[in-house]
Formats: sequence, C-alpha cells, structure tokens
Amino acid sequence: MATAQGDGLADATGVAEHAAGSAPGMPQLNFDHWGNQIFWLIVTLVAIYFILSRVALPRISAVLAERAGTITNDIAAAEDLKRKAQEAEAAYEKALADARVEANKIVADTRAEIQADLDKATAKADAEIAAKAAEGEKAIAEIRANALENIEVVAKDTAEAVITSLGFTADAKAVDAAVTSRMKG
Amino acid sequence: MATETAAAHGEEGGLVFHPMDQFIVKPLFGDGAVHWYTITNATLWMALAVIAIFALMVLATSRRATIPSKGQSIAELAYGFVYKMVEDVAGKDAVGFFPYVMTLFMFIVFANFLGLLPMSFTTTSHFAVTVVLALAVFLTVTIYGFMKNGSKFLGLFWVSSAPLPLRPILAIIELISYFVRPVSHSIRLAGNVMAGHAVIKVFAGFAAIAVISPVSIVAITAMYGLEVLVAFIQAYVFTILTCVYLKDALHPGH
Repeated sequence: MATAQGDGLADATGVAEHAAGSAPGMPQLNFDHWGNQIFWLIVTLVAIYFILSRVALPRISAVLAERAGTITNDIAAAEDLKRKAQEAEAAYEKALADARVEANKIVADTRAEIQADLDKATAKADAEIAAKAAEGEKAIAEIRANALENIEVVAKDTAEAVITSLGFTADAKAVDAAVTSRMKG
Repeated sequence: MATETAAAHGEEGGLVFHPMDQFIVKPLFGDGAVHWYTITNATLWMALAVIAIFALMVLATSRRATIPSKGQSIAELAYGFVYKMVEDVAGKDAVGFFPYVMTLFMFIVFANFLGLLPMSFTTTSHFAVTVVLALAVFLTVTIYGFMKNGSKFLGLFWVSSAPLPLRPILAIIELISYFVRPVSHSIRLAGNVMAGHAVIKVFAGFAAIAVISPVSIVAITAMYGLEVLVAFIQAYVFTILTCVYLKDALHPGH
C-alpha cells in the first residue's frame, strides 16, 4: 500500500513518483498528505460556517419570514375586501328592496287617488243625470198635460163639427158635458 | 485528468489502468513537497466549493426578493431542506446546530458535485476529509451530550427497556456501535465517492480499445448518472445521520 511506501521512502522521492503520474495503491492512505488536507479543510469549513451563519442564513430566514408575513397580510386584505364587497352587495339589495316597497306604495297611493277622483266624478255625473232626468220627466208631464187639454178642445170642436155636419144645431154646453164625461170614462 | 492519462497510456499502447491517479494530492504550483500549508489541488477545489457556496447562498440571495429568482429559490430550497431535516430528525431544540449542519451539508454536496466535473479533484473522496468531518460530529455529539445531560448521557448505552440480565451485553454492543459511528460515517461517504470515480476511470481505460469503446462510453454515461445520484444521496445521508446523532446528544435513552 501507499503508506508502506510513503513511510519507507523519502518525502521527495514520493512526491517525484506522484508527479510522474502513478501512485501505487490508494492516495487516500498516503498519510503524508493528511496534514495538508485537514488544514485546508478546516479553513474551508470555517469560511463556509461564517459565510452561512453571518450572512446567508439570517438573510434567507428574513426573506422567508417576510414572505410568510406578506402572504398572511395579503390573505387578510383579501378577506377584508371580500367582506366589504359582501356588505356593499347587502346594501345594494336593501336599497333595491326599499325602492321596490316605495314604488309599490306610490302605485297604491296613486291608484287610491285615481279611484277617489273617479268615484267623485261618478257621483257628480250621477247627480247631474238624475237632475236632468227629473227635469225631463217634468217637461214630459207638462207636455202630457198640455196634450190632454188640447185633446179635450179638439174633441169638443170635432164633436161640434160632426154634429153640425149632420144637420143638427150643436148645443155647445151639452157637447162639452158629453165630451168631458166620455173622456173621464 | 482523464485525457492526460489516456494520452500518456495511448503512447505506451495496451491497456494500462490508473484509476486512482485522480485522487493524488499535488502542489498546485511547482513540484515541491506537500507541506501542511502548501496550496494543492485539494486546496483549489475546496476554495472552489467555498466560492460556489458563496455565489449560491450570498450573491443569488442579495436581492432579498419576495418573489425569488431561480438562484434564490435554490438557496431557499437548500435552507428549507436542511432546516426541516434538523427540526424533524433532531428535534426543535436542535435548531441551534442548524448552521453547523448546514455547513456540513453544503460543503459535502458542493464538493461531491464539483468532483463530478471532468479533470476535477474530489475532496470528499479522501478519508482525511471525511474523517475530520465525522470526528467533528462525533466530538460535538459526545461533548454536548455530556454537557447537557451529565451522566444521564450514559443512559444511551443502558437499554432500560430490555430485561436486566441482557442489559450489560447490550451496553457493550451499544458502546461498540457508538464508537464505530465515526468510522462508518466517514468511510461511507469517501468510499462511495471514490468507488464511483474509480469505476468511471476503469471504464475510460477500456475505451482505448476501438471495438469496446462505444460500450465503454455508454457505461461511463450510465455510471456518471448514478454518480450524480450518489453525490446528492451521500451528502443527504451524512447530514441526516448527523441529525440522528445530535438527537442522541439532546435526548439520550431509547
């Protein structure tokens, strides 16, 4: 193995042989090189540790926390907006319902008003019609009375004329009495 | 590295396999000896991992956007993935260890994926690296377990739900398994990564024969796909086991 040879030969010889490009056995077991690797490994690890613990990890941790905060805030804001939208919708619905009720009320009022006007007008018209009818009846009654009177006169005249034409002398009083009694009968 | 070796061996003729050459640690500048401070190819690829992690976790998140860009999404995904793992597996009181666990996960996952680039050097294929990572977890768990729970931490080895005569035997088994943890923890990661890379290199060696080369290329492609999976799964396994061990430190007992 390399150790046996490395230990047996002088350092310079070993290096010369390695430089030539062929190492017998495993270079991992050449303990001459351990010190070098361990030293540089410790330097490397310390460097990485400081890079990570001083700069990288706090920074990434802050970024992740900030992002989580942003997401939480955004979700809260979104919920707030959603609630506001729902409130606005409710207010809109309420306004709509109110307007509908108001409109119905106006419709009902208007209808009642029109009905009242109509009733009043109907009553007035009825009264006028009744008055006109009474007047008409009165006129008809008058006309009828006049007509009866006229009939009586015409009947007497006609009766006198008929009697005269038959060659008799008409007694005016007797004719009147006879016509009046007939007309009553 | 693949072309380099292929060219070298092409001149020699015949089939020569050097599947382990890709794991050799070399100085980046010059041919001198590798001292502990030498800048090697391991240093380069570890530095590239740091740069990649910096680019993803810092540069990509620099806008701190509420609606993230692609890069920031990936960074947040990695954060959430590991954070949830720590919270779910190790418990809510373990989130203090989150930066530590995140460091391990990011390093392993980036080292694994950078290691999949052609010509690259895979730092996590070395036991030197994985042993340090595993030992760090082991020591953290042990020391923190004793600090937090005192002697109650030893309850981890004393299975109080088992019949009394069995308990000493179980205690020995538990003790052995506890000390084997860093070994298995480290060898699992390095072993998986190294084996995959070595197999790909062996298939690449066969491509020198013209007749076999199409089969070889198909095999390399399939193996590469598997390795992409392994790169992530091994990082995940290492991290979740770290969380499981941390849970033992926080809540000893069965």
